[in-house]
Amino acid sequence: MEQNYINQEEVSRRIPGRLAVNKVVRGLFLTSTLFGLVVLAILLYDVITDSWGWIDWQFLTSVMSFNEEAAGIIGAISGTLWLMLIVGPVTMIIGVATAIYLEEYVKEGRVRTFFETNVANLAGVPSIVFGLLGLTVFVRLMNMGSVVLAGGLTMSLLVLPIVIVSAQESLRAVPSYLREASFGMGATRWQTIRSVVLPAALPSILTGMILAMSRAIGETAPLIALGIPALLIPLPSGLFDSFTVLPVQVYYWTIDAALNQNYASLAAATIVVLLVLMFILNSAAILIRNKFQQRF
Amino acid sequence: MAQSVSEMIREKRKSSKRQKLEKLVPGLLFAAASVSVLTTVGILLTLVVETFMFFTEVPFSQFFFSTEMQPLNRSEPTFSILPLLSATLLSTVIAMLVAIPIGLTTAVYLSEYATDRARRVLKPIVEVLAGIPTIVYGFFAFTFVTPVLQNIIPILDRTNILSPGIVMGIMIIPMVASLSEDALSSVPLSMREGAMAFGATKFETTVRVVIPAAISGIIASFVLGISRAIGETMIVTIASGSNKNLTFDITQSMQTMTAYIVEVTSGDAGAGTTAYYSLYAVAITLFVFTLAMNMLAKYISKRYREEY
Repeated sequence: MEQNYINQEEVSRRIPGRLAVNKVVRGLFLTSTLFGLVVLAILLYDVITDSWGWIDWQFLTSVMSFNEEAAGIIGAISGTLWLMLIVGPVTMIIGVATAIYLEEYVKEGRVRTFFETNVANLAGVPSIVFGLLGLTVFVRLMNMGSVVLAGGLTMSLLVLPIVIVSAQESLRAVPSYLREASFGMGATRWQTIRSVVLPAALPSILTGMILAMSRAIGETAPLIALGIPALLIPLPSGLFDSFTVLPVQVYYWTIDAALNQNYASLAAATIVVLLVLMFILNSAAILIRNKFQQRF
Repeated sequence: MAQSVSEMIREKRKSSKRQKLEKLVPGLLFAAASVSVLTTVGILLTLVVETFMFFTEVPFSQFFFSTEMQPLNRSEPTFSILPLLSATLLSTVIAMLVAIPIGLTTAVYLSEYATDRARRVLKPIVEVLAGIPTIVYGFFAFTFVTPVLQNIIPILDRTNILSPGIVMGIMIIPMVASLSEDALSSVPLSMREGAMAFGATKFETTVRVVIPAAISGIIASFVLGISRAIGETMIVTIASGSNKNLTFDITQSMQTMTAYIVEVTSGDAGAGTTAYYSLYAVAITLFVFTLAMNMLAKYISKRYREEY
């Protein structure tokens, strides 16, 4: 006699419950996804309302001052621009060169594994540790002091792993038939890289670099570790001038916010400027990617 | 004919120059690639050498087993990592209590439930959270989250470990969500179809089939999140203050390892003082913890990966 393993009644009795659970859980998962969006909205709302009325021409163009009404962030803006001026070229040259070496010359084997493991581990090192490296090597050992160059080089080392990985991906996306065609016409390896591979990968490399730069201008901890002062300093005009940047300015105004609510407003206003700058950089990256990227 | 010979010679010269360049370039590229290796060496060297200096002045046992942390005490400074470790541990636990459930359920929603259109809208917005500078989260924790929490928990101090812990968790949500989602969406469709053919609901399929199949990637994302929380600096520096007492009371101010480094470097501990060297002893502990977590994550995702 055939035995009935499935108790049909029991199964049908459970179905409504199981469907209900399915529905409730779906709602819960959606709620939790929306949680992130809600927090983002609250955060932006908080920052914008705190800064309301504080961002004006005077704020953008004045130097630091202990008088909140007269204080401005031109110093921090120019410091941030100086930082980008160093981080951009330095990471571009070293990062892209490293990526070319790994993708076009070494290709595979132990050497590549060694370099890639090293880059992956560096990417996981907390930024404050990079700050200590900069403090020890650039500020003290090389005796630079906490100047533009020291800050720029520290930041460059910090974002270098990001630039290397994204440049590697860009190079990998260039199909091998382009290289083969170039070799087939008698071009050498370096000619192929310079005239075929790099131009094809350039938009994507630039996109990665701009995103890394956007990360660099938002970083605070390493620069504070370098000993960037909170005080009034003249605008930097060279690599060996002291400087401050937007996030560091936000930090010092935020910790003073307990004393005086106006400092919180100044901090919020500086955050808005920083976020706008990052937004511009990210939009530029997306524009470059969409406009110039070729699909192979 | 004569012209073509001179052309050939010129051509030959050019190509020998080209040959030189061909040989020179790999060397230059290698030099650039060594920068990242030198960075690692530099980090290890500075940390190890200065930590060694620190332990010539402060006994090992005091640093790891005593509970008194008074680095700037002029007459009798004492150094102990335990208060800093407890703060780091607590903030990390709080952050992961926020980031793991919300990050994982977000990943499940995006990978299993959301329509293509919803995913295309929601995913980038969630990822914006990852792009916001940590200093902004610090400001948010200090000026918004803490006052809100104080309405609920009146005994909460103005600086405490709870608020930055929560905000840190929010910051880590996108990381957990996007890495877990990668793991979930790499589970082949046929496995889901198999479960559904047996009459399983979507939720049952997800919990009994998809998540177990993707578990190595999911756990790895949690571990990377932990590593990120341990190394996070600005949020705790701003919102958790600088109290160095060993306590587990989350309503109080506490100082994490990272916040200690910021305090001492931005303060007036001159080079050569014991407080200055203590930076490196703390930093090397921090470095070892994050490195261990990153390697663990790599090990988990490699060792327990199921190949489909």
